[in-house]
Amino acid sequence: MKQEQLPSNESWTDYDQIELRNIHPREWRNPQPAQIYNLVVIGGGPAGFLTALRAVKHGAKVALVERDLLGGVCFNDGCIPSKSMIRPARLYAEMRNAENFGAQVPSGMRVDFAYVMERMRRIRARVSRRVSADRLRAAGIDVFFGQGRFAGADAIEVDGKRLHFKRALVASGARPRLPKIPGIAEAGYLTNEGLFDTTECPRRLLVIGGGPLGCELAQAFCRLGSQVSIVQDDPMFLGNEERDAAQILSDAMARDGIGIHLNTDTVRVRKEGNEKIAELVSDDYKFTIAADEILVGIGSTPNVSGMNLEAVGVDYNKEDGIPTNDYLQTSNPRIYAAGDVCSEHKFPHIETAAADIVVNNALFRGRDKLSTLAIPWCTYTDPEIAHVGLYVKEARAKGIPVKTFTVMMHDVDRAITDGEDEGFVKIHVKEGTDKIIGATVAASHAGEMISEISLAMCAGIGLGALAKVNHPYPTQGQAITMAADAYLATRQSSPMRQWLQKQWMSL
Amino acid sequence: MTSSSSPASPLVDEPALSDEDLLDSLQRGAFEYFRSAYNPANGLVADRSSAASPCSIAAVGFALSSYPVAVERGWMTRDEAVERTLVTLQFFLNSPQGEAPDVTGYKGLYYHFLDMQTGRRVWRCELSLIDTALLIAGILTASTYFADSNQDETEIRRIADILYRRVDWCWAQNGKATLSQGWKPECGFLHYGWEGYTEASILYVLAIASPTYPIPKTSYRAWTSTYQWENLYGHDFLYAGPLFIHQFSHAWIDFRGIQDPFMREKHSDYFENSRQATYIQREYALRNPHGFRGYGENCWGLSAGDGPEPRIVKVDGQSHRLFGYAARGVPYGPDDGTIVPAATLASIVFAPEMTLAAMRHFREQYPEAVKDFRLPSGINPTLAVNGSRCWTTDAYVGLDQGAIVLMIENYRSGLIWKLMRQCPYIRAGLRSAEFRGGWL
Repeated sequence: MKQEQLPSNESWTDYDQIELRNIHPREWRNPQPAQIYNLVVIGGGPAGFLTALRAVKHGAKVALVERDLLGGVCFNDGCIPSKSMIRPARLYAEMRNAENFGAQVPSGMRVDFAYVMERMRRIRARVSRRVSADRLRAAGIDVFFGQGRFAGADAIEVDGKRLHFKRALVASGARPRLPKIPGIAEAGYLTNEGLFDTTECPRRLLVIGGGPLGCELAQAFCRLGSQVSIVQDDPMFLGNEERDAAQILSDAMARDGIGIHLNTDTVRVRKEGNEKIAELVSDDYKFTIAADEILVGIGSTPNVSGMNLEAVGVDYNKEDGIPTNDYLQTSNPRIYAAGDVCSEHKFPHIETAAADIVVNNALFRGRDKLSTLAIPWCTYTDPEIAHVGLYVKEARAKGIPVKTFTVMMHDVDRAITDGEDEGFVKIHVKEGTDKIIGATVAASHAGEMISEISLAMCAGIGLGALAKVNHPYPTQGQAITMAADAYLATRQSSPMRQWLQKQWMSL
Repeated sequence: MTSSSSPASPLVDEPALSDEDLLDSLQRGAFEYFRSAYNPANGLVADRSSAASPCSIAAVGFALSSYPVAVERGWMTRDEAVERTLVTLQFFLNSPQGEAPDVTGYKGLYYHFLDMQTGRRVWRCELSLIDTALLIAGILTASTYFADSNQDETEIRRIADILYRRVDWCWAQNGKATLSQGWKPECGFLHYGWEGYTEASILYVLAIASPTYPIPKTSYRAWTSTYQWENLYGHDFLYAGPLFIHQFSHAWIDFRGIQDPFMREKHSDYFENSRQATYIQREYALRNPHGFRGYGENCWGLSAGDGPEPRIVKVDGQSHRLFGYAARGVPYGPDDGTIVPAATLASIVFAPEMTLAAMRHFREQYPEAVKDFRLPSGINPTLAVNGSRCWTTDAYVGLDQGAIVLMIENYRSGLIWKLMRQCPYIRAGLRSAEFRGGWL
């Protein structure tokens, strides 16, 4: 049946306008400040607005100051738009792989990149409703747009108004780190801040940086039709991630057709006509890659300037950001910091946890520690790479003997049936106990699977107890039960069981 | 390159081939590689049997260790073994060292690949730590075995000591906690990640025991701190994917019953660990997650080796990626259906029944891969072509053949292990690395 194509009432620009109405309304008028606030938050990204929402729910008087767009990098230039691209990219990859499932590759399959980006904008606009200025105001938060600046021990100035606070939170986020590669500025390049405004898929894309962002987008663009090369100066992708997980990812990207260049430095970029030529060095091997566009994802630089942090005794470093203690306090104990602006505890997925800690510690004299939390994170490549807790090398550095229970996805029935049997579940326990100290999952749905292990760690449930958790059969999550079963198999039976095995079963 | 003896041939009648006869033939077949791939002018041994192959210094290390085996087995006279050893050691003693890009070595270390005739660096290859260690292990094996007081054997011991003592292992740390993987005059130290368990145990033992340039004990600790102890397929083991990692250091060091702090913590030892790794290899082949042809109870052994030319092919309707030469490993791959029979055989000390069964299976199913009782470094049954039952590499690799000679000998008589137990440097290195117990 032919599907009718209905005329679209809204263009890209419309979606951008809808989003803008939500996250920085043009007609917004900053409110008259209250006499004093329990909490003033600088930064309207996830760490900032979640903390503000939680604080106001607990009855606090809260102001939130945002100099640009609510939602921060995550909503505007990071998680939401990138995941919106990854989904159609995976779909295209599956269509190309259809023959391996007994289906025919659709004839005339063409990537509609413009529609992919339009869909991304539509999703971004939709999600932006959750962080809209109107919603925050309706929740009881005083929202101020403008550069927030400390103006005394207990005051922040914004837009000519002075906000007095009992406690403050700096959650000003970070921006893409700019490359120090000769010629790259003149040749032009994209970061995640400009990437999602692209309307055409570059024929050849060079990605510099093999962290989560670089890997996710390299794979997405490759699957959407770009000829992609990725250059990483380290020997493996994803920084400190588990070596085997990084290797699986590297293999998967190579299988997709991405040119992999590990241990490689970009030493110069030049422009020749419409081409951008990157000069690369891997030890003593020198070569060039020509690209139509360059995407740089080499980390982030914390937003610490313009807030007059010096005036209130908040230590910071332009490269690393604001140091905090385990309670998320800065060097000024009345001022907290959370999110990407922090020099430590810089995890991409801790906003909710950080919000709870700040609210409890700042407003209710709590002593919640970030280090006690099990904070999972995930790189949304295919397969996904998810982790929670300690890595083996971290545990060993702390003197904790570690044993890892590994289940390969090729032993998991549902992964086999789905043709998603690449990857593994690794659960690290303290040797001689079933205390889970960390886990890594490399699997098609690792981001979903890691949650069960996070829950166990959070609730203090040991690996042995996880063996009793039944999963519907068949599901990929059974890999976790299989790891728990493997743990139980290594345990010595109780004396009673040993006696029964010896006496009763020795027929 | 010249051949100084007749090529290997089956030594006994096939129907009567006992396990011992089979092993003897396979060991002899492997040893014959060192006759055919040897340059009598300088003692260098080719990396592989293909024409114009350069020398691999690690293959020389295996060759030097194989000569005592050949003497004991009656395949070579002691005089010939002494002559070969002396020629080789004199070459390394007198070969040019320095920072220039076309010499033989630098700081007492050697380039991975050397020209078979000139003995100078080829392919802009790296000054290799692990390959130097395997060479030095061979040199020390020779100096321990040739213990007579005659002039030649005395000279072997004198040169061996000089060669060992002049290796500057400290420099090769490059100021870091662990040893670097290599160095090139064009770019300095290589910055490949070299974390986790590898075949480098012998490298650390030799480096830590050096009377002249010892690395600190903390270096070994720092290396072992990157280990991962895993339970996989029901087996507890120290993970490393390719089989050769679990074999090379064991060719010289008898790890049975001796434990470093890591293995004490795990109530195991490295020998037992290699045994478990071998079982895991078979388990993987039985699971055969990619559905490759041939894999099974008696067809296992993923390791570094040759493979079909890199490309994507369709097999049974499925896209199939081939890797060429690669360090294949279990369970994370890469795996393209290629088995390294030579690595399977080198597991003989760890799992003799399994290994012998695999050898009989290879001979029965893939006779072209066991020609002249010499095992190749890659067969791929999934890519059977032109009436053969498997793709087979057309070259033999010196490291493979050396590992076979030494491992079979250790299984049969323990000769190399016994020799190296007597080597004061090996003992000192193991003790400095905090190995205790057993024969130590």
